[in-house]
Amino acid sequence: MTGAVAGPRARGEALLEMRSVRVGFRERRHEHEIVRGVDLLVRAGEKLGIVGESGSGKTLTVLSVLRLLPGRLQLLSGRVSFAGQDLTQLHEKQLRQVRGAQVAMVYQDPMTSLNPLLRIRSQVVETLRAHGAGRDEAHLRCREVLYQVGLPDPERVERSFPHELSGGMQQRVMIAIALSVSPRLLIADEPTTALDVTVQQQILELVEGLQERTGMAVVWVTHDLGVVARTVDEVAVMYAGRVVELAPTRRLFARPSHPYTAALLGALPSAGAGHRRPLTQIGGTPPDPARLGSGCPFRARCRHAVARCEEDEPGLVDRGESSFAACWRAPEEWAG
Amino acid sequence: MTRRRPGFLTGLWLNPAGRAGCVLVGLVVVGGLLAAVGATPYNAQLQNPLTTLKGPSLGHPFGTDQFGRDLLSLVLEGLWVSLKIAFLAVAIAGVAGTLAGIIAGYLGRWTSALIMRVTDMLFAIPAILLALAIVTALGPGALDSALAIGVGYVPIFVRVVRGPVLSLRTAGYVQAGRVLGFSSTRLLFRHILPNVAGTVAVQASLALAWSVLAEASLSFLGLGPPPPTASLGEMVSQSSSLASQAWWTLAAPSVAIVVAVIGFNFLGDGLRDVFDPRSRTALAA
Repeated sequence: MTGAVAGPRARGEALLEMRSVRVGFRERRHEHEIVRGVDLLVRAGEKLGIVGESGSGKTLTVLSVLRLLPGRLQLLSGRVSFAGQDLTQLHEKQLRQVRGAQVAMVYQDPMTSLNPLLRIRSQVVETLRAHGAGRDEAHLRCREVLYQVGLPDPERVERSFPHELSGGMQQRVMIAIALSVSPRLLIADEPTTALDVTVQQQILELVEGLQERTGMAVVWVTHDLGVVARTVDEVAVMYAGRVVELAPTRRLFARPSHPYTAALLGALPSAGAGHRRPLTQIGGTPPDPARLGSGCPFRARCRHAVARCEEDEPGLVDRGESSFAACWRAPEEWAG
Repeated sequence: MTRRRPGFLTGLWLNPAGRAGCVLVGLVVVGGLLAAVGATPYNAQLQNPLTTLKGPSLGHPFGTDQFGRDLLSLVLEGLWVSLKIAFLAVAIAGVAGTLAGIIAGYLGRWTSALIMRVTDMLFAIPAILLALAIVTALGPGALDSALAIGVGYVPIFVRVVRGPVLSLRTAGYVQAGRVLGFSSTRLLFRHILPNVAGTVAVQASLALAWSVLAEASLSFLGLGPPPPTASLGEMVSQSSSLASQAWWTLAAPSVAIVVAVIGFNFLGDGLRDVFDPRSRTALAA
């Protein structure tokens, strides 16, 4: 258990590596894919954002990391390694030591994520004890993390039951629990969607601050480009179970390389007083994962589609400045 | 921190059914305990040729039987035997059924299917018939009776527990626990079990009522603990021929059975109201 780690850990070392990860379910030897081959790399201390609309497979992608896929969904193929360890080969018992201790998750709904029957203290302490902390140590650390996540009066919060706290406070408790065991990677799956905007802002700042202090890597999963704009170094845009664009945040916002990203940015309201441009919307609906067929899955909604988009699905192509996009057409051809 | 919600026992007492249950069960349990510590008014087995078949009086509030034994003392002893067997039976059924139910609800399809089919099979056989078969096979001791009655009630606990566990398995905080690296055992016993405790308690109370009745039925049929152990069912069966001349010999054990059964039923109803949050709000209003 480390308290406040001095300075961020060395960057550059590959922490989480996903190689052609496919998630879906098998039915009579037939494979139904929902995540169709995702490659992602998160280095130690790095912040990656995964953006996509509902059903784009972003949540399933991160759930597959810890093998927490719900129901019949499973990792069909691909490699997930964490700090050089192949997670797909681990036994359930070994995996439990990675979950929570190495990779922690915070997700959408704090209201249901805390056990209503247990006081906050026992829930924080339980997590620490499950990962080998002694009783006294766990109690001390509990107080410490509740303080770290900026909860007013941690002593009172400790003694409370979940229903006695507000949604924002509950999410702070969830973050405290996630951070209590000092994970090296925090996966935040839309942790702010259930909260109102001001609380959302506070939670974002909180995670940002904690990230800087502890040097852990963070993966933000969200449908809100506004959230990633200010919190992450790199963004992966997902569409229909694939990464369609991967780029450093600043580059992505300045010059998107995929028409889908461009359309998403067009739908983002800007606070700048000068230019009042109408918000554009993306026509149509995301494709049914069961009926993708061949060709680019975005073609039906794409204003720049060409004949080739009907036939072949593009793979990620280098578009310069460490930016990659899965589009047959170079941005110069359609942007501007 | 506000504490508007009444405590568990207060809630039970404020509930009409719960209060009636508490009183009746209290009566029965205290009576049984009196017999257990030997504090009955008379030695229950003491025969007295001078007082055969006397009606209720101050000396013998429940009257005496054909051997001149004090019926009150006999009933109390019979109650104690009944309660012992009933509690043991429910303990067996409750523990086995809850465990099986939790496992069936939590684990995968195959285990679940297996447990539920066995449960269905047990369910198909009337509990009393099952008890008859088991007791004839094992012999009529107290433990054997308890086992015989208990087995018949296992399926009820399995069903009652499995349902909530099925939904709790996907509850946010159980998922959260999994993400945090908790083992299944920890999730089951620390996070899921407490949530079904109320349901189990209600079911246990109702099962106690049935078990008292089942025990009486078995001993009525002559399959209870052998004499000289006092037994309510046996008393009923022996007095049925005397009932026309001495109604109290039938009334005494019957009333004891009825009080115990109704008491546990009321208690079960009361517990259900207290554990069910919807009725709790109605109570607070």
